Parts: sequence; structure tokens; C-alpha cells
Amino acid sequence: MTGSKFVYVTFIRTTPEKLWSALTTPEFVKQYWFDMIHETEWKVGSPWKMLFPDGRVADTGEIAELDPPRRLAIKWRNEWRPELKAEGWSRCLMELEPADGVVKLTVTHTIEVENSKLIEAVSGGWPKILSNLKSLLETGTVAISQK
Amino acid sequence: MDDDAVFRALADASRRQLLDRLHERNGQTLNALCEDLDMSRQAVAKHLAILEEANLISSEKHGREKLHFINAVPINGIAQRWINKFEQRHLNALSALKKALEGEDGQ
Repeated sequence: MTGSKFVYVTFIRTTPEKLWSALTTPEFVKQYWFDMIHETEWKVGSPWKMLFPDGRVADTGEIAELDPPRRLAIKWRNEWRPELKAEGWSRCLMELEPADGVVKLTVTHTIEVENSKLIEAVSGGWPKILSNLKSLLETGTVAISQK
Repeated sequence: MDDDAVFRALADASRRQLLDRLHERNGQTLNALCEDLDMSRQAVAKHLAILEEANLISSEKHGREKLHFINAVPINGIAQRWINKFEQRHLNALSALKKALEGEDGQ
């Protein structure tokens, strides 16, 4: 395998439509993503930005693919850690597949850099975000409110 | 996801070893995972199937090969349920102790 990649999967008791809305409604995203703010118009080619709660820019990019409620891909670059920014563009793909009353959510984050520090950094964050998202959709509350 | 399946899958040293190998290097094929292991290819394939069923690994077709990735989401869910909440209790106990020792009036 060239480059770096991880594939995270979670099964959530919900519908693809509800999960899609949870992934693309910034007020909802904040609840499971440690108060991070998403800014985009959710159209293919539109800029995408993630800000810290205090307004500093964390990551930037653009919406690469959008096929509701099945597929969302974001071109993604870190902006606040120089060594991660230097690695350039990564790609974050979220795929939703309904199965037996649950939705399988697969998050694949890839970059064309061997032993990527960005992938290492985000691979620690995603499991918490996805556990929070699952818990929020299934029970209405998040398990961890802080990173 | 079924916590029982996760605990059952983790209750085996060979399967934990396979997870360790994926943690060291993510996205390996069955062949790569079999290298230097005292296990038959069939045994490794069976363990991988159990791990995948418990959602502890995810896999992806890559041409004719299948790549395996460690999936930390269920383990994180267990940590949240069984570890973080005890930490919270310790933190509360510590703040209560601090309050008691320092006095409510801030002496």
C-alpha cells in the first residue's frame, strides 16, 4: 500500500437520511465533534472549513463528492500544525449503507504520504467522534463532551 | 454493535496479536499478516473473520487483494462506557477532597 490510510466503521441504529442530516448540519455536528464549527455550502466544489470554537481555522478544503444520503467526500488539509499542513491534501470519504435497521457508516481518510502524521493525528480523533455520533443518534446524548 | 462479540473476539491471544500487527502497520493483506506467525493461513483467515464480525477490523478490496484495517470505534465505545465514567468519579472525588482540604471559604 502506498500512502497512508485508515478505515473506520460504525453501525448506527438510525436511517440514512437522519445520519446524512447529522453529518451535514453544522449545529448538529458541533454536538458530537467537540464544538468544532463546519463552514460550507454543501455543494460539490464549494469550499469547506473547520474552525475551533474560538474561531481559529483548524482545517480547510472543499467538498469533492456529494451524493445524499450515500456518499460525502471532503478534500482536507490541516491548517494549524505546520508539519501536518506540509503533507498537503488528504481525502476524507464518508459512506452510508443501510442494512437491517442500522446504517453502516464507513469513514476512510487517505493521503499520498507514507507514515503520514496527519493520518496518525486524525486516526486518534475519529473513533471518539464516531462513538459520540452513534451515541447521540441512538440515545440523544454524547458520551464525551471534551477531547 | 454487540459488546459481547467484541469481548469474545478480544478474548483470544492470536486475535489480539493480529490486531497488534494491524496497529503497527494498517492495511495489510492476509498473506502479509500470515508472515512469521505460527498459525496456518486458514486459522488466520478464520480469526480475521471473527474480528471483522465484531467490527474490530474493516476490510477493503484492492484489486484482487483484500486489505485489513484496525477499527478502533468499538474499543473506543467500550472505553467510554467502562473506563471514562470511572475516571469521572475519580475526578469528582479529587475535587471533593480538594474542596474539603482547602475549605469552602478558600483559606
